[in-house]
Amino acid sequence: MSTTTPSKLESILAAGHFAVTSECGPPRSAEGTVVDEKARLVGPYVDVINVTDNQTAVVRMSSLASCIRIKQLGFEPVLQMTTRDRNRIGLQSDLLGAGAFGINNVLCLTGDHQRFGDHPSAANVFDLDSTQLIQTVKQMRDEGKLLSGYEMSVPPKMFIGAAENPFADPFEIRVLRLAKKVAAGAQFIQTQCIYNMEKFKLWMRQIVDRGLHEKVSILAGITPMKSIGMARYMKSKVPGMDVPDEIIKRLQGVPKDKVAAEGINMAVEQIQELKECPGVRGFHVMAIEWEEKVPEIVERAGLYPRPKVD
Amino acid sequence: MIMAKPKPIEEIINEIKNFDNILVAGCNGCVAVCEAGGLKEVEILASALRMYFGNQQKKIEIGEVSLTRQCDKEYLAELKDRIGAYDAVVSIACGAGVQFMAEMYNKMRVFPGVNTCFIGVTDEKGVWSERCQACGACILASTGGICPVARCSKRILNGPCGGSSNGKCEIDKEVPCGWQLIYDRLKELGELWRFEEPTTTKDWLTSRDGGPRKLFKEASQI
Amino acid sequence: MTYPSNIRIVKVPCTGRVAIIHLMKTLEKGADGVFVAGCMEGDCHFQEGNLRAKKRVAYVRQLLESIGMEPDRVAMYNLSSGEGPRFAEISREMTDKIRQLGPNPVRVKGETKERAA
Repeated sequence: MSTTTPSKLESILAAGHFAVTSECGPPRSAEGTVVDEKARLVGPYVDVINVTDNQTAVVRMSSLASCIRIKQLGFEPVLQMTTRDRNRIGLQSDLLGAGAFGINNVLCLTGDHQRFGDHPSAANVFDLDSTQLIQTVKQMRDEGKLLSGYEMSVPPKMFIGAAENPFADPFEIRVLRLAKKVAAGAQFIQTQCIYNMEKFKLWMRQIVDRGLHEKVSILAGITPMKSIGMARYMKSKVPGMDVPDEIIKRLQGVPKDKVAAEGINMAVEQIQELKECPGVRGFHVMAIEWEEKVPEIVERAGLYPRPKVD
Repeated sequence: MIMAKPKPIEEIINEIKNFDNILVAGCNGCVAVCEAGGLKEVEILASALRMYFGNQQKKIEIGEVSLTRQCDKEYLAELKDRIGAYDAVVSIACGAGVQFMAEMYNKMRVFPGVNTCFIGVTDEKGVWSERCQACGACILASTGGICPVARCSKRILNGPCGGSSNGKCEIDKEVPCGWQLIYDRLKELGELWRFEEPTTTKDWLTSRDGGPRKLFKEASQI
Repeated sequence: MTYPSNIRIVKVPCTGRVAIIHLMKTLEKGADGVFVAGCMEGDCHFQEGNLRAKKRVAYVRQLLESIGMEPDRVAMYNLSSGEGPRFAEISREMTDKIRQLGPNPVRVKGETKERAA
């Protein structure tokens, strides 16, 4: 399979390997070294590192700035971009900036509503939605043109990603929406973290039935449960999250000091199980504020060392 | 209609407290329909203000009037002979009416008495909800008659987003997910093919983003 | 049946007829208090008029609070039409409450004028 960009993620997928990606949440300050430390921790164990973009509408160091730091350390970042805070001018501008620093992966998102964040009275932008952002990046890369039609002398070469939530309602629309994003130009998908394996596999079957798995690489989202409190919180307080009772029961079934370890066990088991799931091309390990566990998860899941590609 | 709701009376009192002659001016148009600025509301506001200032032992005259509309000069002109008796006007028309009143009587202080909220409909008596964002380029034909600009919290055109849950928007369980509504409607109409085509970027020039707007109809101009 | 002589009764076919402005004007003109006596909830002779009255009373109470007047000067009571003694009881209860609040400050403190434009 040939590649469209210099992206390492694209090359790994094109070579037929399982891809492993992870996430870095930038700090709520101007302290760049926080990003560096997280990157060094997970970098050797993953192919690319996502940097979130003011996640849950909470002001953090910008994704682009953090991606640049990661790139300068020798790792490969994924620039997450929401359409909540920037209009098409700002978004294209940032894509050019990313290209200038050799950043070759972008994850196109709509973004959580600003009501959830620490600046709920902000005006939101939503000039574009995630699907339109995908179209924009594709046009910039393949036609060398901005949305206005202006021809760039050096277009950014972005491997285009999008997110999907197999657990949000309405279920029957999820596959339709994925198809739309693929038609718009999405090349890889990172899913919301999975706990309901049956529902996820059902979603995957529908994707495979439509042949979408051949047009886009699906990376399954994995987040280890650190505590029973976290499991409960995610079950009831996070929109679009599906946490079956069995997960909580299993965590409750071990001694208190072993709960975190059990969470890791479960994450590793999930990866092993999903390796067999048709259409799954990799794993997006989101160990929120628990990045130090990423190496262990990747190793125990048999995904280390990461393959080398040109 | 344009929907508005009464401003907290403390806000109004704060603006007019140093005047001696106030006219409370209502509008029998939109704000009367949403029971915020019609004649009834004029009377209630005037009564409340009189009681307040009476308790403050401040002598103040509060006049009452309600015009057919405050967005047409013919009706505002009806106040021409009487408005001079006042120091200030509290207009409980929508923002357009307040401004038009202030434009016509530009030496008069005109204060708003309602917060103008949205273009919407009467769901039932006492309940009004938003339907239109006046984007200037209506796309209702392709969304089964449900507007994603007004009814999707993120005004996305390829929805729903990942926060749609049980048909409700992530921002509030009481807010229906606009895209769930659109999907259901298109399904009922047998038009799901509309849903499957990616919608390209919107031209926001015709909306507020393009700047203050104006409409002309030559055939109507005298 | 005896009830306090300070009660002025305004008869309406149904308390649903009572509008917000009626309650406001009563106080504006100097009454120390006003109560709305409607049928028992669920027994409104005209279906739901007493429920509408209840909501309007609540609205006026809130409005009074926002202009610094005691909300208790306006109240909603429910009784059935045959309950003479209950009416007397309500009247006494309201009178006592108003006596505690004192005379209507509007009447005492200021003169108010109204002029229709």
